[in-house]
Amino acid sequence: MSISAPRGLASSGQKPITEILHPLSAAEEPLSPGPDVTVSGGRDKEVGLTNGTPVETPSPASASVLFNRLHLDDDLDPDTRDPYADTETHDLFVTVDDPKKHVSTMETYITYRVSTKTSRIEFDLPEYSVRRRYQDFDWLRTKLEDSQPTHLIPPLPEKFVMKGVVDRFSEEFVETRMKALDKFLKRIADHPVLSFNPHLNAFLSAKDLNKRQGLALLTKVGESVKSVAGGYKLRVRPPEFCALGEYLDTFNQKLGTIDRIAQRILKEQSEYLTELREYGTVYASWAGSEEELQRPLEGMAGCVTTCCGALEDMSENMSQDFLPVLREYILYIESMKNVLRKRDQSQAEYEGRLEAAVLRKQEDRTPIPAEVEKCQDKMECFNADLKADWERWQSNKRQDFKQLLTGMADKNVTYYEKCQAAWESLITVLQDKQTEDKTSCKSLWEIQQ
Amino acid sequence: MIIETKSADPNQTIFSALSCACAENRQQSTLPAQLTAAAAAVLWQPITMADSVSSEEVAVISNTDITSTESENNIINTMVERGTALLRKLEINVAEAEKRTGKNTVNMQETYTVYLIEIRPAETEGGTPAAPDTLWRRYSEFELLRTYLLVTYPYIIIPPLPEKRAEFVWHKLSADNLDPDFVERRRVGLENFLLRVASHPVLSNDKIFFLFLTEEKGWRDAVLETGFQDKADSRLKSLSAMFRVKNPDKRFTALKQYSDELNTVISQLLRIRARVADRLYGVYKVHGNYGRVFSEWSAIEKEMGDGLQSAGHHMDTYAASIDDILEEEEHFADQLKEYLFYTDAVRSVCRKHELIQYELEMAAQDLVQKKQQKEELATGTVRIFSLKGMTSKLFGQESPEQKESRLAALEQSIQEGEETVKEKNTECQEFVRAAWDDIERFKEQKDKDLREALISYAIMQISMCKKGIQVWSNAKECFSKM
Repeated sequence: MSISAPRGLASSGQKPITEILHPLSAAEEPLSPGPDVTVSGGRDKEVGLTNGTPVETPSPASASVLFNRLHLDDDLDPDTRDPYADTETHDLFVTVDDPKKHVSTMETYITYRVSTKTSRIEFDLPEYSVRRRYQDFDWLRTKLEDSQPTHLIPPLPEKFVMKGVVDRFSEEFVETRMKALDKFLKRIADHPVLSFNPHLNAFLSAKDLNKRQGLALLTKVGESVKSVAGGYKLRVRPPEFCALGEYLDTFNQKLGTIDRIAQRILKEQSEYLTELREYGTVYASWAGSEEELQRPLEGMAGCVTTCCGALEDMSENMSQDFLPVLREYILYIESMKNVLRKRDQSQAEYEGRLEAAVLRKQEDRTPIPAEVEKCQDKMECFNADLKADWERWQSNKRQDFKQLLTGMADKNVTYYEKCQAAWESLITVLQDKQTEDKTSCKSLWEIQQ
Repeated sequence: MIIETKSADPNQTIFSALSCACAENRQQSTLPAQLTAAAAAVLWQPITMADSVSSEEVAVISNTDITSTESENNIINTMVERGTALLRKLEINVAEAEKRTGKNTVNMQETYTVYLIEIRPAETEGGTPAAPDTLWRRYSEFELLRTYLLVTYPYIIIPPLPEKRAEFVWHKLSADNLDPDFVERRRVGLENFLLRVASHPVLSNDKIFFLFLTEEKGWRDAVLETGFQDKADSRLKSLSAMFRVKNPDKRFTALKQYSDELNTVISQLLRIRARVADRLYGVYKVHGNYGRVFSEWSAIEKEMGDGLQSAGHHMDTYAASIDDILEEEEHFADQLKEYLFYTDAVRSVCRKHELIQYELEMAAQDLVQKKQQKEELATGTVRIFSLKGMTSKLFGQESPEQKESRLAALEQSIQEGEETVKEKNTECQEFVRAAWDDIERFKEQKDKDLREALISYAIMQISMCKKGIQVWSNAKECFSKM
């Protein structure tokens, strides 16, 4: 894939905030694609990327899509809204599924199918299906972090696993990892800025992701942020970001505690399960030496076994669905803290340069260089991006945890319901007292089978 | 007796129900003395094996999910309906327990617990229940009574006492004999013992038992006067002796084997149940930590705060609920323990039978030997080796007079031997008949009791599941409001 010119990003990076159009102001734009925008039907060598005009306008501006957006804006109740269909357009759908093992002489690894459906003009085709491995996701994330330093990039599942401890190819591990990768891509696809990143585009569409060649798509913002000298020290963090930082610290702590509690519960449940299984077998062996009581005791053994199965299911669920999400959010918090730090750095740089420039001006009337203003712009963009992402993150966090905890409660309810059903059907067996009439007893037993 | 699941107060266990009822009914004044004597005259009958009443079913103290008055009535009524003459006249309760201190046999101070036994006439017409006759007994007196019964009725499976020391405990329960929970469960066990004896077709007619219930001071002397101690000693000796029976009764062999199996399996079950209880306790209690962390977390949240906080309270409720749940389960363990101890009584009957059988075989063998000796002496042939025979061979025949007197002595011996064999045979047959009567009764009782114990256990589990569903549904609602 050849890219000729750097693409303007739909972030506030290049223009001062005041000049960036509000996403919804796209309603004023013409409905048909403008002269600068490449029609998706045409197969140019350029992979559907526009030149020049920064694309603040979400694309393609089809009537129905705009209509939907306007409606969504009216809906102010956050609870009824699908978190992944905010006031932005929902025209990029990605899914990760179908894990497959690849064995080569050098290594063994898993690939996942990444499917894309989109109506965006930045993409040549409306649909893509590629295979990617974890390394590729890692590459994407690094690229996103580098090229969008003012934004919060969603976390990836853990990279390294202890080879001896965890089976990298076990069904549960692969399943859990795949779900996390799916979430990762979905979060990016739903982000109003990140979803337009060309690295994402490449990731989703390219046949072979030639990472070594690298896409020289670092924007000016990216470069300039990267080149921030580390010598500046922040004096005062603005109060809203202080609060943010404090919240992150406390939340991180609480999540860690919850993770530990959940793990402890799983451990206790596993030990309980071991004893419970043995408990069931004793009833079964007792049944062997009884006549009248044989059926009741076998019933007991069966009932206890059913409860064991139900408990096993619940524990597995918790282990696969609950814990990974917790850990993911802990990683998310780390990402957020990093962005916060970078923001601090940009503020520090600006303040440092400003101070130096002011001093020089006082000395010999040198005017304040344009560089300082650029720094100020950068910092203000950073602040705005961070605030916007923070709001998104809070809202998503609320939905995610609501779902997570409701799911946990649900699983417990299901577990108890299964057990209750088993015990209730056992009572029927136990109360069956047709011991005088052996024939009817036998037929009842047959019915119960 | 069919148990239906009624939604009553799930916290009301049968034992607490009984003690509530007892507390309500108890009054301090005593029965007039005449009644005691009259009752004694009516109730006590001479005990013969032939007169034993045919086996009746004994009701079980294992109802659940019913109100206290209902449960109490159920027990008493069932026992009276199918019961013995004794229970038709009297209601028996072990109402309470008290600590006492006093000097023991080696003149040292000790603390022990005494139990209050209440007897009152069974309700005939409606009206206020009369004041009970009461006396205090300690555990060792119950043991004495039981030993007496064991010795006096060796063909009966004597109901067991509750355990002397707490065994099969899970970590929360105390193994201390003076611990109030242990004392309470023992009180119930002792009442159960008395009711079992009182509802037994043979044992309920025993005079010593009746005196145990009515005569606080003079009872000990009365027991000792029966001279059962001597029998007790010889019984112990014989039970621990090793002997081999030539033609064991297959039924008794099978019964002993079954009894051993039952003992093993119930011990296993009790041990594992204790471990299961321990683990379950752990699972529930850890959830309490969620309560705390949700509360802390809710402090930093805006919209999510309320939901988290309330959910945390439900987690606390969940964690706390395990205490009651496991306490109720102890009741099931107690029912199993009773039958564990019953296996010892069964074994003891089997051993007694073996002993009687052995004695019969020995007597028969002895008789055969003597008859052979006589034949030898009479015909002059030596078929079996005897010292007398050898010496007479070696040192010459004895005189006809000597031979005559020896024959006469043998004849006498043989007659005595035949009497002995006949007696032993009768004894054995009587024992077998009476024992199997009781064994059949016991088997039915055991099947019924254990089935009902399983039912009440299942009901407890259902109640636990319902509580779980309740709490987690509440938590779910809180979460969905986050």
